Amino acid sequence: MAGSGKAHMRPDGDRILEVNDLTVEFKVGRGKIVKAVSGVSFDLIRGETLAIVGESGCGKSTLGKAILQLPKPTSGSVNFLSKELTEMNKHDLREMRPAMQMIFQDPVSSLDPRLPVSEVLAEPLRVWNRGNEVEISEKIDELLRAANLDPAVVRDRRSYEFSGGQCQRISIARALALDPTMIICDEPVSALDVSVQAQILNLLQDMKDRYGLTLIFISHDLAVVKAVSTRVMVMYLGKVCEVANPDDLYLRTRHHYTKALVGSVPVPDPDRKISAGLIQGEPPSPLNPPSGCRFRTRCPAATEQCANEEPQLREVAVGHFVACHHPLEA
Amino acid sequence: MSSLIKIEEMSVSFATPRGDLKAVRDVSFELAVGESLGVVGESGSGKTVLSRAIMGLLPGTATRTGNIYYRDKLISELPQKEVRDLWGTGMAMIFQDPMTALNPVRRIGDQLTESLTVRLGMSKSDAKNRAIELLERVRIPDPKSMLRKFPYQLSGGMRQRIMIAIAVSCRPKMLFADEPTTALDVTVQAQVLELLSELREEFNMGMILVTHDLGVVAGHTDKIAVMYAGDVVEFAPTRSLFSNMKMPYTEALLKSIPRLETPTGTRLPVIEGRLPDPTKNEPGCPFANRCPYVSDKCRAEKPPLKDFGNGHLYRCWFPIGGEK
Repeated sequence: MAGSGKAHMRPDGDRILEVNDLTVEFKVGRGKIVKAVSGVSFDLIRGETLAIVGESGCGKSTLGKAILQLPKPTSGSVNFLSKELTEMNKHDLREMRPAMQMIFQDPVSSLDPRLPVSEVLAEPLRVWNRGNEVEISEKIDELLRAANLDPAVVRDRRSYEFSGGQCQRISIARALALDPTMIICDEPVSALDVSVQAQILNLLQDMKDRYGLTLIFISHDLAVVKAVSTRVMVMYLGKVCEVANPDDLYLRTRHHYTKALVGSVPVPDPDRKISAGLIQGEPPSPLNPPSGCRFRTRCPAATEQCANEEPQLREVAVGHFVACHHPLEA
Repeated sequence: MSSLIKIEEMSVSFATPRGDLKAVRDVSFELAVGESLGVVGESGSGKTVLSRAIMGLLPGTATRTGNIYYRDKLISELPQKEVRDLWGTGMAMIFQDPMTALNPVRRIGDQLTESLTVRLGMSKSDAKNRAIELLERVRIPDPKSMLRKFPYQLSGGMRQRIMIAIAVSCRPKMLFADEPTTALDVTVQAQVLELLSELREEFNMGMILVTHDLGVVAGHTDKIAVMYAGDVVEFAPTRSLFSNMKMPYTEALLKSIPRLETPTGTRLPVIEGRLPDPTKNEPGCPFANRCPYVSDKCRAEKPPLKDFGNGHLYRCWFPIGGEK
């Protein structure tokens, strides 16, 4: 895995985002460099939900933030709505921000505890001069109702008075305030109970349909991703392993790492133990990633070739791409 | 089989400005030596308070009633000092967040050998050797150098393995694991759950595994208790629970889990509404306002815990599949 390559790009589609050879590195002192994202390319077609999946430390959140230039990536290009974000100055970049929003993992800490909900939602609208106070107030009510919250009840309350699920609804309403084109959702349900998870996932689907959004959905849980995405990109240690639609990815898994992720999902069935035997240990340090395929140190099928040669993404079936020298049989 | 833990009508309430908050209501069950129980429920269902109450780890604002027996000895009336003597050697606990449970300014080695020297009276060098064995047992690579490290140098999965090594260091008979894998990735979660099952078998250790995910307990427990608003609403051998679910709440919980088999784009079934206010004592079944099968009787009268046979208990007037 750990592949580079661009076979999965779709130049003929109605692309709103095109990321090429994106690399994000962090200096951590004593000349050491963390290679969080290494040469990742992908594109996003209007109306789709791209899921980015992988373990902690695979670079999925860093990638999401680098698209928004938070911080600017070390190298590579990010083309959003036909504009190159990496070359923009601060002012121009700021003008682009309403179109690209983010929803964070921890719904409670991402809301200002001192502000009532109405102010949390009014702030972006005021900053961007979206109407007078009356219009803003109407917009807030509309957003809250869209997020299945009762404006009369929640407007004057503060974030600490709400449960995690309700806070995430408020975050979603806030992300929608400026009519964005794209929302990056960074693990939006992993801090929530299973019963609340389903509510938030359904809400995101509704919002997507209602406002014509394009989503990037970052998660470590393939089962969650399966429910909401139209395309999945599996990452490992800063590289892309496999790209496919969710059904192909699950039913016709080609990458050994994806297979391990699929096998680790807990199944509520006492006769089907989740299998930990698929891969052992944890990912190696991104300070010093393995040569060739970055997954080879944990891969059951690794050979000498994997250490010497980095696999490139290639199409193994229509719309199904894998970066592996020895992919699984479909 | 001999009894390891026995709880009789245990209730826990907290004094709050809005009145008494009932976190656990009249819970009774028994666990034999080596048996494992999964305690499942949403946030606020009382599952964490239940395990902490058994171990005697409640804050001063809490009031606990009912009897708790550990190996046929009544421990609920013992003074705190004597309960403390059971910690480590008798009962031990693993917490959800391994970062806050470990001391950030002490080396792993010191934290691991502490209970060995204090509880088991080992010499420093014996304790160190035992610590290395323990680290090997929980599959920590290069255990010797691990002893010199601090918690911040480790990943979440490594920290949770350290927590497990500390918890089992004095060979407890009973392990409480409070959401031990919720903060971990799925791949690491699978490894940690498997490790817990192995250790349990090896030490013939009983376990209470607290989680909000029915998928986590399915393959790793002998029995399951489903909690809702402080009540145990269904209690059954794991197989019986999944094959013959009686309680509408358990069914709703199960249906809301996202699964790989679900076709993309399908709406997930949700449990509408919220838990009732735990400071109020309203009549009727606490799940009534969220239950798809609700009827007038449910709103009027709280159902008692009924026995379906084979130790399968449920708390519902209109159980799925009917009564016996």
